[in-house]
Amino acid sequence: MNPQLEVQLIAVIIAAACALPGVFLVLRRMAMLSDAISHTVLLGIVLAYLISNSLSSPLLFVGAVAMGVITVWLVELISGSGLVREDATIGLVFPALFSLAVLLISHYAGNIHLDTDSVLLGELAFAPFDRIELFGLDLPRALVTGISALTLNTVLLFLFYKELKLATFDPALAATLGFTPTLIHYGLMTSVSLTAVTAFDAVGSILVIALMVAPPATAYLLTDRLPRMIGLSVAIGALAAISGYWFARLFDVSIAGTMATMTGFGFLLSWLFAPRRGIVAQIWQHRAQRERFALQMLTMHLLNHEGTDNASVECHPRHLIEELRWQPAFARTIVRQAEQRGLVQRQGELLRLTEQGRTLAREL
Amino acid sequence: MIELLTDYTLRNVVLGATLLGAISGLLGCFAVLRRQALLGDVMSHAALPGIALAFLLTGQRTTITLLIGAAIAALVAALWLLAITRTTRLKDDTAQAFILAIFFGFGLVLLSHLQRHPNAAQAGLKSFLFGQAAALIERDLWAMLAIGGPALALTLLFWPQIKLITFDPDFARSLGLPVRQFEILLTGVIVAAIVIGLQTVGVVLMSAMLIAPAVAARQWTNRLETMTLLAGGFGALAALIGAWISAIGEGLATGPVIVLTMSGLTVLSLLIAPERGWLWRRLRLARGWKPDDRV
Repeated sequence: MNPQLEVQLIAVIIAAACALPGVFLVLRRMAMLSDAISHTVLLGIVLAYLISNSLSSPLLFVGAVAMGVITVWLVELISGSGLVREDATIGLVFPALFSLAVLLISHYAGNIHLDTDSVLLGELAFAPFDRIELFGLDLPRALVTGISALTLNTVLLFLFYKELKLATFDPALAATLGFTPTLIHYGLMTSVSLTAVTAFDAVGSILVIALMVAPPATAYLLTDRLPRMIGLSVAIGALAAISGYWFARLFDVSIAGTMATMTGFGFLLSWLFAPRRGIVAQIWQHRAQRERFALQMLTMHLLNHEGTDNASVECHPRHLIEELRWQPAFARTIVRQAEQRGLVQRQGELLRLTEQGRTLAREL
Repeated sequence: MIELLTDYTLRNVVLGATLLGAISGLLGCFAVLRRQALLGDVMSHAALPGIALAFLLTGQRTTITLLIGAAIAALVAALWLLAITRTTRLKDDTAQAFILAIFFGFGLVLLSHLQRHPNAAQAGLKSFLFGQAAALIERDLWAMLAIGGPALALTLLFWPQIKLITFDPDFARSLGLPVRQFEILLTGVIVAAIVIGLQTVGVVLMSAMLIAPAVAARQWTNRLETMTLLAGGFGALAALIGAWISAIGEGLATGPVIVLTMSGLTVLSLLIAPERGWLWRRLRLARGWKPDDRV
């Protein structure tokens, strides 16, 4: 495989691995925990390095995942004390742990092959250079770890789908049925921090947040069904990964940055144009509603004055402007609409209800 | 200690950090009390593309240009955040994490673009990530004052209104106060605090300077006036100690040192503050008092 293809493959796999736990973070309103976790896993790595004195030790991985879970635990411990609200707690815990990590790194900078820039920013372009041998194949390390994380997340999702779904949408029922909310919560958090550790090696901590939150947020605007939301999130993440890669190549800029930007762009598109929930659809629905209401008003007005003495005045289109206080342009549109839909007919100057229009007016 | 007054760099560092700590501590109280603690986190990350764009568009590296760019980007982020939560069913946390990551990601794109096109000023931009107090010059201090002064003055001017809106927005609305406008004003004031801290603490950790002093101060008092002053004091103290350590230590980024100092102060407050602190509760429980017994 050439490096180009490898980088794209790694990006797609990491995007998919992030999207799976991300869906539940978004639905359970814990998205900001991904911000906290993706920062603090660095401290786990540094501490594990100081203990094991090796950058390739599996302890680094374990330490990082553990630190992610510890972060969540600390947040809950402090906000559970009732002294600080949860949002403020997140903003209190992770900067402290992250600062500690940054200082430890800069203090041992000579020995550690870690620099804070690459942690924050990641450099996906270098991923193909770090290779390992597996089953006789020479593969990039990030690809292997990415596939492992994706597989694990998929297996966990299939195994605990029912439990996760219930605990997310009806926590009270889940608790009465005997699923321990704490267990599910920490299970999810372990998966989040495991994915974050795997991903941030290649793409940096900020892109981890983008990949975990943006695709599910985008998908949430497009569908109401959980399986579809999961599938869409994975697809959107993968699309952002590939388009981000090519944009980065085109303009010679950071791949992680363009991938994050592309997830944002995808969100922007669905925010504006999503069927039913998009801004455009909302405006359009609003207008359609106003028009429907105006048509009903028109038919009722005509019905009331049908066959009365002053029908010649009341049923004149110009009168609508005074009586219903419509703008002239709006009145013209509505009358035209009513004619097209066969609700009214023109009789000389005057408007006359058709049978269909009369039925509509009587329905109300 | 005499060095503090005579050494030009040290004097700037200490003055700048103290100014930053005091202002962000004072103004952060409103963010924390109004449950918008993480808004600061979002806006400070979102400032990054503003800094890079300001440099790209104007070609200038003067503090005030970059900070204006930062402020505009932060405000745009705050407005988009508001628009998302208003028009979709996405909740605050999702919108916040989304905006934070997207703006920061775009900022990285711009930074890496600047990096590949070698320019002497580029190195200066990267110090906005974690802050570099040692690089503060006198003009930066004036820029900080020019931004922070009006923000503080506005807060003082509208103190009664802001206080009411912070604690009971519904009542404020029923009195006919323009609550929406005041909320925008408060957001603007927080943006000002963030912008001031960017050079010293950096975009990544700036939110801690808004949150931690306020949380620490909250433990010691139930009065807003006392809390704001205390928070300003805590912020100034932590920033001063942190900046000083980082200035005399070698290669220590200022932001992390200040944040760790401030976090230490906060943990201490959570533990030992009278009445609310963990230790006091323990003592009370040990003596068999009910939690809400007053002595």
